Amino acid sequence: MSGNRTLWRFHGGLHLEGHKALSTGQPIRTAATPPQLVLPLQQHIGLPAKPLVAVGERVLKGQLLAHPEGHVSAAIHASSSGTVVAIEERAVPHPSGLTAPCIVIDTDGTDEWCALTPHPDYKLLDHGELRNLIRDAGIVGLGGAGFPSFIKLNPGGRTAIETLILNGAECEPYISCDDMLMRERPQEVVKGARIMRHALQARYCLIGIEDNKPEAAAALRRALDEMGEREIEVVLVPTRYPTGGERQLIKVLTGKEVPSQGLPLDVGVVCHNVTTAAAVHRAVERGEPLISRIVTITGQGARQPQNIETRIGTPIDWLLEQAGGTQGRYRLLMGGPMMGFALHDTRLPTIKTSNCLLLASEAELPPPAPAMPCIRCGECARVCPAQLLPQQLYWHSRAKEFDKVQDYSLFDCIECGCCAYVCPSRLPLVQFYRYAKTEIWSQERERQAADLARERHAFREFRKEREKAEKAARHKAKAQAVQQDGNEETKKAAIQAAMERAKAKRENAEVAPKNTDNLTPEQQRKVDEIEARRADTRAAEGDRQPAVEGANHARPGTEDT
Amino acid sequence: MSTITSPHLHGPAVLNKVMLQVMLALLPALGVHAWLFGGGILFTVAIATSVALLSEALVLWLRARPIVPTLLDGSAVVTALLLALALPPLAPWWLTSVGVAFAIIFAKQLYGGLGFNPFNPAMVGYVVLLISFPREMTSWLSPAELREGSVTLAMSAGAILGDGGLDTLSGATPLDTLKTRLNMGVALEQIMATQLFGHLGGRGWELVNGMILLGGLWLLFKRVISWHVPVAMLGTLFVTAGLFHLINPGAYASPLFHLFAGGAMLGAFFIATDPVSGATSNRGRLLFGAGAGVLVFVIRSWGGYPDGVAFAVLLMNMVAPTLDYYTRPRVFGQV
Repeated sequence: MSGNRTLWRFHGGLHLEGHKALSTGQPIRTAATPPQLVLPLQQHIGLPAKPLVAVGERVLKGQLLAHPEGHVSAAIHASSSGTVVAIEERAVPHPSGLTAPCIVIDTDGTDEWCALTPHPDYKLLDHGELRNLIRDAGIVGLGGAGFPSFIKLNPGGRTAIETLILNGAECEPYISCDDMLMRERPQEVVKGARIMRHALQARYCLIGIEDNKPEAAAALRRALDEMGEREIEVVLVPTRYPTGGERQLIKVLTGKEVPSQGLPLDVGVVCHNVTTAAAVHRAVERGEPLISRIVTITGQGARQPQNIETRIGTPIDWLLEQAGGTQGRYRLLMGGPMMGFALHDTRLPTIKTSNCLLLASEAELPPPAPAMPCIRCGECARVCPAQLLPQQLYWHSRAKEFDKVQDYSLFDCIECGCCAYVCPSRLPLVQFYRYAKTEIWSQERERQAADLARERHAFREFRKEREKAEKAARHKAKAQAVQQDGNEETKKAAIQAAMERAKAKRENAEVAPKNTDNLTPEQQRKVDEIEARRADTRAAEGDRQPAVEGANHARPGTEDT
Repeated sequence: MSTITSPHLHGPAVLNKVMLQVMLALLPALGVHAWLFGGGILFTVAIATSVALLSEALVLWLRARPIVPTLLDGSAVVTALLLALALPPLAPWWLTSVGVAFAIIFAKQLYGGLGFNPFNPAMVGYVVLLISFPREMTSWLSPAELREGSVTLAMSAGAILGDGGLDTLSGATPLDTLKTRLNMGVALEQIMATQLFGHLGGRGWELVNGMILLGGLWLLFKRVISWHVPVAMLGTLFVTAGLFHLINPGAYASPLFHLFAGGAMLGAFFIATDPVSGATSNRGRLLFGAGAGVLVFVIRSWGGYPDGVAFAVLLMNMVAPTLDYYTRPRVFGQV
């Protein structure tokens, strides 16, 4: 528990006004069960989950509704008991206002749990079993990224895991859900940390907290003391946005830089959010899947800013009512002011990654001033935590020089927004980077599709060539065989045979279409009648229109040889 | 509802505030200049500013671009102020006008306006004048203490708006004098002993340059500019000049003289720090400043012109993109 651990610095970053006290004034409340829950099948990075229930089915709280599809995916559970009334496209919280398949449940108010299987002693389980439990509980990174957590709970294969870092930095202004969780439920965090450490076989476990949250740090340290846990250390780190970024926090705590295209695993580190740790504890030791989370409701538009334990799938408007309602004009953001996104509809559901609902008044987040030209002042480069040259990225994104943008390591941009924050010309820099990224991705997809098409075409050409060659080889072989025979008789017999084959083929062809096989007597009779009528007509017409008849004769297959 | 994407929060820095701070930083130098040189600078500033705004408005109108917001960004006024400070104190009105108009129309707007000009507009304007009107550009009013009789505001106005008339009070600049006399074979000590030279640079001019230094330090303090360019430029100039001064004190002026004479201070703090035409990475800025420092000394000592700041900055402007390309910082997590 020493306070003099060596800390490192990452380049750039910002000192931002925290506005955390706004929402930390009162204890965490629990929202009631809403009349209807909307559970998107995709609340995580990866593939959407696959529904297991049908419309009309009664489900219990905690029941598995949809199971993960593929490796990178997460399960979805019912956050209360009720009836599935729809599985359909609904608007979901997304920066682009997309719709996505959702399971809609009308709750019955009984909040009846399904059978749970707790594992009070996690030490009896090996990492594989723990991983399965965590996967089945639908746990994803609750800090905001939503990456399925079980994938990050592998003990290192190539490199042993040295340090497990629990991210309690919560560096974005306004958000305080991790802070309140650490203050009020430190034991859950510690228990979760123990399980994760056990699963990862990590040597050290650090909990990194920004020093603007002394209460959270004190609560955790107290919990560690009470639990006699000496292997987990709480470390206060300087408050500087974006310390809560995974790579930044790892650098601050360990001095290690995660390789640009690599993973924390590459430097022997795994990083999980503190709220994720608490969810892991609940999933393993209580058997409860992830069906609720703490949401910060804050901003001047909220009457009673607070943190509220919310069932996943609770509609935002209903939740805001639960939390004391709204006031004045506000802009609704999901997440914080630096990386969150605007929502234009309050009927959207809260999802696993909804850490904060920011109801920002115009005074809090004034609309951006009109953009001016870039004067290359370089302030953006000074604050960029990824050590990029944002003005060069902007320049090339604007000019659609996507190869050059990649030269300047566009994909190392974490979209923290520091550059746009300091830009004196008020350029929406991050928007340009997102644009360039999507363009490059779509070009990449197109290129892949084109490559595939080209491959297919090449193969088709190759196949045609091959068949031609094979045919030629066959002919040659046959001709050779005939010649080698030298026997006139065999030659003649062969020609005869070929002619007969051809004749048989023609005769076969004359015998009507194939759908006339296997007819019932009734059908056969009808066909005969029609054929007879046709023959009559043909005979009649044939007298008058010899040209047609002649044409008939010219038709191959009708001509006798 | 328009969709605004993150970040939704913005810092306090605004472009026109940056420009305003640069203008403020120039005020002490303008004040001292007016006091020492008869106030002609006030007229020059007024002419330069008006011509700058008019030229900018004209091109914006031709390009069908928003006029008022662009004029309010303050960049045209900054260019006007910098050029005004670089001109002789009694520069005739047409000289100022031609220089400023060329700077704004050709060096700035024809390249696409603020942010797109590869060369510092004020220095382009200055060099155009220096090459086209060498007589007017080398006729400098002597500072008050060296003149017989005072120069009133009215006299300055007459000189600027009329056809000179104060020629008797004008002479060569200290750097010019130094160069000409050295070429004539006069010893450095003798030259420096004349009244034209003060403790550090030219008499009077050293004070103006001191004020420019003061304004520059304030900009540094306010973080409007970074230390890299001024430190590298003045440091290199000092070291190079010092080296030659040590080797041959009879032929090369002292390093301090170089810092406080001519346009060194203005160049280091206000011209070479122009972000648009300069290098942006910190290492790039150091190289940019160092290159400019060396060039200033080379041109002053062996070139055809008495001062070399404008040429030095323009030459470095040319290599700025290359400097930026080769001094890219290491990306986080990359080797």
